[in-house]
Amino acid sequence: MTTKAAVTGVGMSQIGRRTERPAMAHLVEAAKRALHCAGLTKDDIDGIATYPGKADNSPGMSPLGTGEVRNALGLKTRWHSAIPDGPSQMAPIMVAAMAVATGQARHVLCFRALTESSSQTAAQRASIPGAGKARLGGWLSNLVPAGAMSASNWAGWMAMRYFHEFGMTREHLGMVAIGERAFAQLNPLAVMQTPLTMDDYLAARMISSPLGLFDCDVPIDGACVVIVSAADAARDCAREPLIIEAMGAALGSQETWDQRADLTTMGAHDASADMWLRTDMKPEDIDVLALYDGFSIFVPYWLEALGFCGHGEAKDFIAEGNIGPGGRFPVNTGGGQLSGGRLHGFGLLHEACTQLWGDGGGRQVANAKTAVCGMGGGFIAGSMLLRRD
Amino acid sequence: MTPLPELTAENTAFWNGGADGKLMITFCSDCAAAIHPPQLVCPKCWCETIESKAVAGTGTVYSYTVNHQPWVPDMQVPFALAVVDVDDASGVRVTAEVVNADPETVTIGQRMRVTFRNLDDIWLPQWEPMI
Ligand SMILES: [Zn+2]
Repeated sequence: MTTKAAVTGVGMSQIGRRTERPAMAHLVEAAKRALHCAGLTKDDIDGIATYPGKADNSPGMSPLGTGEVRNALGLKTRWHSAIPDGPSQMAPIMVAAMAVATGQARHVLCFRALTESSSQTAAQRASIPGAGKARLGGWLSNLVPAGAMSASNWAGWMAMRYFHEFGMTREHLGMVAIGERAFAQLNPLAVMQTPLTMDDYLAARMISSPLGLFDCDVPIDGACVVIVSAADAARDCAREPLIIEAMGAALGSQETWDQRADLTTMGAHDASADMWLRTDMKPEDIDVLALYDGFSIFVPYWLEALGFCGHGEAKDFIAEGNIGPGGRFPVNTGGGQLSGGRLHGFGLLHEACTQLWGDGGGRQVANAKTAVCGMGGGFIAGSMLLRRD
Repeated sequence: MTPLPELTAENTAFWNGGADGKLMITFCSDCAAAIHPPQLVCPKCWCETIESKAVAGTGTVYSYTVNHQPWVPDMQVPFALAVVDVDDASGVRVTAEVVNADPETVTIGQRMRVTFRNLDDIWLPQWEPMI
């Protein structure tokens, strides 16, 4: 499927905290911006895909499914799907690429909408998967009853093992958070704009050791739309098509957060290795990195998974200034989820596309032509390479 | 309120083993692979005859985290969660709360023994330091 699909438009709503705006209002705003970006009208959209689909297991985590968005936007589609069990939050974009590559659709609207900030405030509940259910099944049932209720616990014990094996310290993760905040200050759309110092980072309260408050991403209200088009149809769009050069979705271990033999690696390592098999490009060819940062610790994992440095070397790679503003391999140039807000990977991809189109303003990476995007943490992972010609 | 697991044919022995003070792990009766979380089929050889056997109930901390955030209103914090490599069951880890210890004293490599907390029809494993 290589080079048969391209991203042709992206759009994001005004991300905020406690906006009290309906999810659909965010979604429509993002869709209008994405269509305008692509130079398309709603009648051009003939496919729709999302992750995970409408879900009520965690407040505001996924208030919209494909059905209501089709209805609200009056779409007539030839392909639709919501993917809760695919390879990461990227699954709808991958499925859209496969749909256009096999002729099922020409222009697929992929979306992610969240109202976690307003909904968690209203429900006075944190993002706890499965909370409120009488009994839990699946992999959650081996973690949540033990008290491991939050993904910050699961990421916490990954980080603790990684620290133990490779000598990483909280300061290294602080550099990730501080670098992303510096980028956020150059991005008017990012929710966290105040400067962040190492003292601030280290003084913040612990959440699940070794992860503190600034190691965790920020719940927000917002929506993001990414339009995936068939390569031939993409040529008629307003912007230069961003070719999907390669994707990776491999997973070599079972779907748990504690049983993978080496928890200093994760699903990202399997998916990324598979992605590189499908391209002649190499890590040194990449200009912009969009790496999942639901927790700061995922950034060094993704850096190693994608081969930007060796296993255990991410702490030095980070400390050498490679990933922050001005670095050779800038990561999450819009502020990431740590400072831009949790749009479950879609915000990271939005920023990568913004960079490839040269719209990055004060944070623009000079002559950015290629980007890699990695979404997910733990066993959840999907990788994608984008390039413009 | 602690959310509890739903009991199934494959996991009942694991969640009820604590009634007899036993950590029950699922094994393949053909290739002897340890299977966790419990399943009805062996993922190595697809044998459908699986059996639950009591293991020693000891293990070594592979990793841990100390949780400081009360995720639900009645949660008492801080507490440590340990991911423990279980003795006599190669490749199996049981993640559970650490009890009878200062959470800040838990370390990787520490030896643990299982104990149980009974809630309704579930016996949740917990880890306590052996020394
Ligand atoms: Zn077997």
